[in-house]
Amino acid sequence: MARTLFDRVWDSHLVAEPEGESPLLYVDLHLVHEVTSPQAFEGLRLAGRRVRRPDLTLATMDHNVPTDDRPADDLAAAQLEALHRNCKEFGVPLYATGSGREGIVHVIGPELGLSQPGLTIVCGDSHTSTHGAVGALAIGIGTSEVEHVLATQTLPQRRPKTMRLELSGSLPLGVTAKDAILGAIGRIGVAGAVGHVIEYAGEVVRGLPMSGRMTICNMSIEAGARAGMIAPDDTTFAYLEGRPAAPQGAEWERALDRWRALPSDPDATYDRVVEIDVRELAPQVSWGTNPGMVVSVDGVVPDPADFEDPAERDAAERALAYMALEPGTPIQEIEVDRVFIGSCTNARIEDLREAAAVVAGMRVHPRVRALVVPGSATVKRQAEEEGLDRVFEAAGFEWRRAGCSMCLGMNPDILQPGERCASTSNRNFEGRQGRGGRTHLVSPSMAAATALAGHFVDVRELALEPVA
Amino acid sequence: MKPFRRTTGRVAVLDRADVDTDQLIPKQFLKRIERTGFGEFLFYDWMQDDGFELRRPEAQGAAILLTGRNFGCGSSREHAAWALQDYGFEVVVAPSFGDIFRTNSLKIGLLPVTLPEDDLRALMAEGSGAELTVDLEAQTIGPYGFDFDAFDRRRLLEGLDDIGLTLRHEEEIAAFEAAHPSPIDTRALG
Repeated sequence: MARTLFDRVWDSHLVAEPEGESPLLYVDLHLVHEVTSPQAFEGLRLAGRRVRRPDLTLATMDHNVPTDDRPADDLAAAQLEALHRNCKEFGVPLYATGSGREGIVHVIGPELGLSQPGLTIVCGDSHTSTHGAVGALAIGIGTSEVEHVLATQTLPQRRPKTMRLELSGSLPLGVTAKDAILGAIGRIGVAGAVGHVIEYAGEVVRGLPMSGRMTICNMSIEAGARAGMIAPDDTTFAYLEGRPAAPQGAEWERALDRWRALPSDPDATYDRVVEIDVRELAPQVSWGTNPGMVVSVDGVVPDPADFEDPAERDAAERALAYMALEPGTPIQEIEVDRVFIGSCTNARIEDLREAAAVVAGMRVHPRVRALVVPGSATVKRQAEEEGLDRVFEAAGFEWRRAGCSMCLGMNPDILQPGERCASTSNRNFEGRQGRGGRTHLVSPSMAAATALAGHFVDVRELALEPVA
Repeated sequence: MKPFRRTTGRVAVLDRADVDTDQLIPKQFLKRIERTGFGEFLFYDWMQDDGFELRRPEAQGAAILLTGRNFGCGSSREHAAWALQDYGFEVVVAPSFGDIFRTNSLKIGLLPVTLPEDDLRALMAEGSGAELTVDLEAQTIGPYGFDFDAFDRRRLLEGLDDIGLTLRHEEEIAAFEAAHPSPIDTRALG
């Protein structure tokens, strides 16, 4: 029978299918960070259990770490210290802050070559879906499940449904992977993929570099999906080859043979198929308080009265009140106070290059405070080797150390009440970047152009060269 | 895990769609390394508003939350489920849930009940403060029945330890590991 990429990964990881229980799935890689793990390690300790496979587990510090010279506050410091202690006690390798290898957990997994096609990957973080870009099945889990995986290296999981999301056509100049996924979420809704694993396919996906594929898979959860996946191809293999944890020599050849057998059969069927043509897609800007509330940069703030569904109308009214926006306002007339370029969605080297190309030789608008936070210590080093830090700093951006930073504001990088921010992150929920802060989700090039103008602008009017 | 069989309690109505876990428990409270004490931070930002539904007198002491679709979407923070339970909720009823939130709730014995929109509307019409009985054994909430996965139901009714259940399959796990040598070793990265 014809099988999907998901079927292949799922079926090959079934440890047991006990009668009347959820199937037990083997976990190949467990990524851990400071925020969702302390209670899990404590649970192990209380039950006298050990970490079954420390060799398949890797911890880093990302969510609450300061990205400048300010010290972590007492609670954050205690949480980081707890991770140190737990990793030492249970033998889990830790890429601590200052080690030069730390970074956002979803940036360092692929960067190290740990995230490989066909693997099952879990992490106590909803954006674990990012790793699906290499053809892995990557699932975000809660703390009880983190403890479960630490103890057993398995996860009881109900088999999810599958959705094929076909992105056809080709992205117009100035329109990026971020715009494609924001547009897709706007189309299917924030609950549009609940209970499903999305396989992204189509010409657009095939033409994207790994960074863009990761951006797309990263935001699968914003459509409610369990995971997002992309079939591995030569782009994937070229990305992985030579990375520290990638197979080498004869192993590499054997891995390629395995990986080439993973893509979905042409006649495989899915529970749902959605096709989106991106030829007319414009850069996207979110106007509300969830990632499905998006509009084209050449559009206007929508009128809640135009929503037929009462729940949507109610949500739109609430969102506009929170965002302090009037229906009908042209998006490009909205002024911002802050710009954040970072997060597991858009803080890889390619994202920073995309933004730097826009700001080179320009100045950030005097009202705007703008921040660039590389996704990992490695990305930071590479950007500095390429001189991107100097481009950003000369334009008036702050250049920071790696971390999640203002994506969720667990560290000191937060919006003040009422501040409006153009952000390359993944969530525009109320208070996400700071209590009372107003977040607009955009691509890195849109964020960069907005920083310069002080209001949203259509980056297509600036785009002289194609951006990835 | 705390078993759940049946509860009779007061209802609180929060008629909003897509309530995300950032609202349930804002990030500044995620730095704690304990599992308890999150109740006082539930809906922290919304609670600052005098008109917020859960602040109304009739919603005080509620054990059953009736709410909108896609409840608990967003972040994987289990702190959201801990906060609801610590605040006093034993049951959350919605037309649909965020997947991770739903799993987190099941893991700690906070009962997530999925109810068709029409049935839920009828319960919501009674308003906060109304009394309701939720019976997991009978799979009923007030006059309505609800679907529930048989395995999850048994786990909740008996308060079974998930890790303990899995460890009964130790032989199968070991056999799987023997047959599938791992392609990675996080300790070998230096």
